[in-house]
Amino acid sequence: MSGANDPYDPKEVAALSPQTLRAAVGDARAAFAAAGDLDALAAAKPGHLGDKSPLLVARREIGALPPKARSEAGKRVNEAQVEIKAAFDERLTALQDERDERVLREERVDVTLPWDRAPRGARHPLTTLSERIGDVFVGMGYEIAEGPEVEAEWFNFDALNFGKDHPARTMQDTFYVAPEDSGLVLRTHTSPVQARALLSRDLPVYVVCPGRTFRTDELDATHTPVFSQVEGLAVDKGLTMAHLKGTLEAFAKAMFGDKATVRLRPSYFPFTEPSAELDVWFPEKKGGPGWVEWGGCGMVNPNVLRACGVDTDVYSGFAFGMGIERTLQFRNGIPDMRDMVEGDVRFTLPFGTEA
Amino acid sequence: MRVPVSWLTQQLELTEEHRDLDAERIAEAFVRVGLEVEQVSTLGPVTGPLVVGRVVSIEELTEFKKPIRFCVVEIGETEDGEPDTTEVVCGARNFVEGDLVVVALPGAVLPGDFAIAERKTYGRVSKGMICSAAELGLGDDHSGIMVLPSGENEQIAPGDDGIDLLGLDDAIIELALTPDRGYCFSLRGLARELACALQVRLIDPAAIEVPAAEGASVEVAVADETACPRFVTRRVTGVDPTAPTPWWIRRRLLLAGIRSISLAVDVTNYVMLELGQPMHAFDAAKLRGGLAVRRAEAGEKLTTLDGVTRALDSDDIVIADETGPVSLAGVMGGASTEVVPESSDILLEAAIWDPPSIARAVRRHKLPSEAAKRFERVVDPALPPAALERAARLLRDYGDGTIHPGRTDVGHPALPAPVVIAMDLPDRVAGVRYDRGVTAFRLQQIGCQVEVGAADDGTPIVTAYPPSWRADLNQPADLVEEVLRLQGYDTIPSVLPAAPAGRGLTAAQRRRRAVSRSLAEHGFVEVQPFPFVAPATWDAFGLAADDARRRTVKLVNPLESDRDELATTLLPGLLDTVSRNLSRGAREVSLFHIGQVVLPRAQQAPMPELGVDRRPTEAELASLAAALPNQPVRVAVVLTGPRERAGWWGKAEQSGWADAVHAARLVATAAGVELTATQAELAPWHPGRCAQLRVGDFPVGHAGELHPKVLEALGLPKRTCAMELDLDLFPLVDRRPVPVVSPYPPVLLDVALVVDESVPEAEISRTLRAGGGELLEDLSLFDVFTGSQVGEGKRSLAYSLRFRAPDRTLKVEEATAARDAAVAAAAQRHGAALRA
Repeated sequence: MSGANDPYDPKEVAALSPQTLRAAVGDARAAFAAAGDLDALAAAKPGHLGDKSPLLVARREIGALPPKARSEAGKRVNEAQVEIKAAFDERLTALQDERDERVLREERVDVTLPWDRAPRGARHPLTTLSERIGDVFVGMGYEIAEGPEVEAEWFNFDALNFGKDHPARTMQDTFYVAPEDSGLVLRTHTSPVQARALLSRDLPVYVVCPGRTFRTDELDATHTPVFSQVEGLAVDKGLTMAHLKGTLEAFAKAMFGDKATVRLRPSYFPFTEPSAELDVWFPEKKGGPGWVEWGGCGMVNPNVLRACGVDTDVYSGFAFGMGIERTLQFRNGIPDMRDMVEGDVRFTLPFGTEA
Repeated sequence: MRVPVSWLTQQLELTEEHRDLDAERIAEAFVRVGLEVEQVSTLGPVTGPLVVGRVVSIEELTEFKKPIRFCVVEIGETEDGEPDTTEVVCGARNFVEGDLVVVALPGAVLPGDFAIAERKTYGRVSKGMICSAAELGLGDDHSGIMVLPSGENEQIAPGDDGIDLLGLDDAIIELALTPDRGYCFSLRGLARELACALQVRLIDPAAIEVPAAEGASVEVAVADETACPRFVTRRVTGVDPTAPTPWWIRRRLLLAGIRSISLAVDVTNYVMLELGQPMHAFDAAKLRGGLAVRRAEAGEKLTTLDGVTRALDSDDIVIADETGPVSLAGVMGGASTEVVPESSDILLEAAIWDPPSIARAVRRHKLPSEAAKRFERVVDPALPPAALERAARLLRDYGDGTIHPGRTDVGHPALPAPVVIAMDLPDRVAGVRYDRGVTAFRLQQIGCQVEVGAADDGTPIVTAYPPSWRADLNQPADLVEEVLRLQGYDTIPSVLPAAPAGRGLTAAQRRRRAVSRSLAEHGFVEVQPFPFVAPATWDAFGLAADDARRRTVKLVNPLESDRDELATTLLPGLLDTVSRNLSRGAREVSLFHIGQVVLPRAQQAPMPELGVDRRPTEAELASLAAALPNQPVRVAVVLTGPRERAGWWGKAEQSGWADAVHAARLVATAAGVELTATQAELAPWHPGRCAQLRVGDFPVGHAGELHPKVLEALGLPKRTCAMELDLDLFPLVDRRPVPVVSPYPPVLLDVALVVDESVPEAEISRTLRAGGGELLEDLSLFDVFTGSQVGEGKRSLAYSLRFRAPDRTLKVEEATAARDAAVAAAAQRHGAALRA
């Protein structure tokens, strides 16, 4: 061992010799490289970077060197240590990456396993469709009006210009509420809401009235005793049948696409005069595009306006109505009406929670 | 109404330009002017040899299961002038030797690709077929083969071409007529509409010269002119009762779907089809004395033509002779004066009846008839004399009768009143500028007398005097429709009106949508069951006899007689639907329904009589509203089976009472209100597993598990749960509260309290919340424990409390103090002790 004041030759301090240091670096590299996993690397670390590693031992020798030689030797040792540390870090990163990759690989699952843990829900397509119809009209400035299902005959018939014993009244296949003179029926159409809207709202009135209606039809593929309609009513100054047609055309396009259009055929309803049957040109009709009967419409009969206190010299109006089941039926190609009313979840589920 | 094309075109003055007028074009023309065509069907097709045959001999074959006839039929002449015969096996029995029939010979093909060939059958060789009307496509009559009329009036002979004779190149148009167009229930009315549509002249079959009468044909007293505005009779004597109905009348009746009965009856039916005037034929020999037209008297009875003896109502209109009622006016004749095969003295009656009275009689006696169908709409009051003349002449011509010179004609029916409209009213209603003169032209076209003039202010007006058959034209809008429909609705343009700005959906509408969506997104499937309930349901529900839900609104005419009540709760419909799904193999069923229920009022107010000539007063509307049952909107769910399925992740989680309560919370969250639960006992729920749900102190519904006995009675799985809330009882929350969101850290503290098991957890939470003061931001129950450690009849409830100050970092000591206050409140109110 050389003392502090001994003549100096660093090359003769073997531990600090460049060769030794290079050998130490080489050994460290080899040891780290040989470490197959993080544990082995951790085990190899003290031998090359720990207190007893050749480098740390060498560093302790520096103090023995003459001041002049110390900085050079110190620099050499530092460089070696940086190199060994880098080798370690590099290996560490490599092994960590390898481990992470393995862990992820091991955590792989079959994502195609079924994930239907909680049963799904769905809204009834008739609800969705009737909301959608409502939204189309709300977008045009209309409001949505509602009324009771058990209705006064006065609203269901009298106010709508159905004479007391007129065949039009018996043609409606009405459910009557007991006792026979109760003056109540299950509403046969949503048209009574027209009269209610006119009596309860300020003019002008623009409303649509979706709702459930009732007729004494036995349930079969094309009939149901309980069904839904949507009724539209506009009463304003100067409304014409051209306005009715324009409104229906806009509605048809909103429901069935830009190619849809409407056709009116003269007909008869007590509450409209002139009256018309409404056909829609439906591009996706089964068996090719064609006209489909959609509903009824017309200019509000002045008798109806009078019964609701509307001045027929100033105001006129139009009204229209269609079945929501029927609309859904041809829009979605549903052959059997019973599917819509029986409540089998297999029918409703595919409609999901569409808006 | 079914009408042959050949008959329609016969009433039109067609020109060369209408050469192509076929059934399809006629149907299109009808649709254009507003008559709904249900079906167009061409007759036939029949090809090959179809001939008239005369039955020469009939041999009865009796050795078979059913009687069979082997017939020799003469089918014309051979080349050397001898009768040409053939042999046909026939199963029908409604003919005799000498009758004229229609024979399809081998090689003929009848409708439905029914090929006729010579064949061996019943031990004989049959060389053709004797045809029924149905086999020839001439109607639905399968009751026997068609026997053609013979006689001096007919020019029908064996060997005649059947296709020609039967008019099988014709087509039938079937129309669904709207109730306003009574006059279209006749060939006359339909031809008139067609004439308008095609712009050709009509040959009016009612344009019959009615000769002046010599006296009356019968004494008639009309007691009630409202019931019977006009009553006309004509008498034909000496009618040959054996005279057959001529083939041309029979053919038209056949094609219209009316069976031939006898000349007298066929003639009345034919004139009804042709002119639209229903009439009745009495056997004059059976009438006693003069006739009275009046309402029925109490206790009177009448046996109608269908053999049914009917108790008459004082609203029924009858024609009576000295013996009493002989006809239910406008609906059906009486049996005692019926024209029978021996009748030769016929009294024809044509009248105008009060439509509402006829409509009521039809309903009362459940007797819809062809006559009533016309009378309850409108029959041209000018028509009876012409119609009677037409019928009497047919009886004279084909029945060898003599028309009695007298005619009875009582009553003065009102003609439709004139209607004045501004000349441009049709333009203003349609939104179209029509050519000058269109209004007057179209009104004239439908038969109105039209005067053009000017109102006091100089605006051009049209005064229209509607024709007698158009009693439906009584206000300007009615005339407008006539102009517009004849001009064509297709000429009306399409213009979108600008509606004023709307306010969007109401709060209640938005809430309903939010509730529906929330339930669907949480696994419930929406259904819309019918509201019809059987009273037995309430027994199955275990409702007490005086339970309010048994008080229902009932139907007079339910579809199923036992389901005559309207639901007072949504649960019966939902439970039915659950059953249906389970029976179809479903295992997990969670359904919801949002809809109205019908709740009778405690005191049912009588329905007021309101007119329609003006707006009802507010008081009238209020009394009408009071006469309606309450119909609140409810939401209900029913759930059975697992809330979470079994699968590769583990076991199934069965749904239970708490899921029903949770569904109520979903609804409340969507509606923006807080619900609280209290223990309740209410059928059909399990007495220990039913929560009454409240908004504030106000009960809004119930949720929980259903009673095991109810489930057993309904055949539903154990532990099925249900919830029903009255949405209309929820306050409408327009703006939800905005909380203060503190950015400072919270202090979390747990407490475990030991309390009597009988104390509802909700009350302890509420007390803790109140006791914890404003610093207590949130609290949650994380454990419930019972066992010997906490003592008999006690349970331990462990809560996690979160404290936070809005404006500073809360010190632990402050939080501890607040927690202690909360615990102290629970101790004081519920005897809760901190668990050691």
